[in-house]
Amino acid sequence: MTLDPTIRDDMLAAVPNLRAFAYSLSGSVDRADDLVQETLMRAIAKIDHFTPGTNLNAWLFTILRNYFRSEFRKQRREVEDVDGKHADRLVSQPEQVGRVEFEEFRAALGTLPDNQREALILVGASGFSYDEAAEICGCAVGTVKSRVNRARSRLAQMMSVGETPEFGADDKTRAVLGNLGG
Amino acid sequence: MKDRKSSAHGAKVKNPSSAPETANLGRDVQAKIGQQLRSMYVGVVDQGVPDRFVELLKKLDEAGGSSDKDRDSE
Repeated sequence: MTLDPTIRDDMLAAVPNLRAFAYSLSGSVDRADDLVQETLMRAIAKIDHFTPGTNLNAWLFTILRNYFRSEFRKQRREVEDVDGKHADRLVSQPEQVGRVEFEEFRAALGTLPDNQREALILVGASGFSYDEAAEICGCAVGTVKSRVNRARSRLAQMMSVGETPEFGADDKTRAVLGNLGG
Repeated sequence: MKDRKSSAHGAKVKNPSSAPETANLGRDVQAKIGQQLRSMYVGVVDQGVPDRFVELLKKLDEAGGSSDKDRDSE
């Protein structure tokens, strides 16, 4: 079977979003690229499972998400520290957001349970509807909603503690940066 | 004790009587979370498609789907 050129183009077009999703899940550009590569290989290997005209993006996200959850996650701890630095170097951080805040946010996001983090990213950044996110995660819509809510309040808790200057933000900052390895 | 002292400077994080203020703080923090999440995400999206993926798809396409690795085991 040969890959339909349209589908190949659509897959390429999906890569930036897949990488962003993978990066947000894994916290590392290297891991994100590995995840996306494996996702594309799997997608092409089972391209006949894809119904043309349906949402290719969602299908690819599902493959990536399942791979991350089932296998990739296990390897994570081995390279944690090194990768964290690497990611810092490669992902340019938006100028309107301070570096400390950005690191704080990244660290906080990394502490969320997988299912909350993925739900939050899919709905809050990837732009999927709750319905689509539910399909990607293989759960009920209501479950996605409650996961997103829990993720938000958990992050809010962590971030609001971190940003109160009177409570020794400097120490906190140092602690966070220290944890991230500089 | 220290908390209470600090609250005099406007940081009423743990004071239950400052519910509206807490709610405002919550909204601010929520807005910030949304903004940072999207910023982080867009930061990667804006990197576009690295060459390795263009090459990969070309290679996979040329291979014509004849998988020499049995990846489709699921």
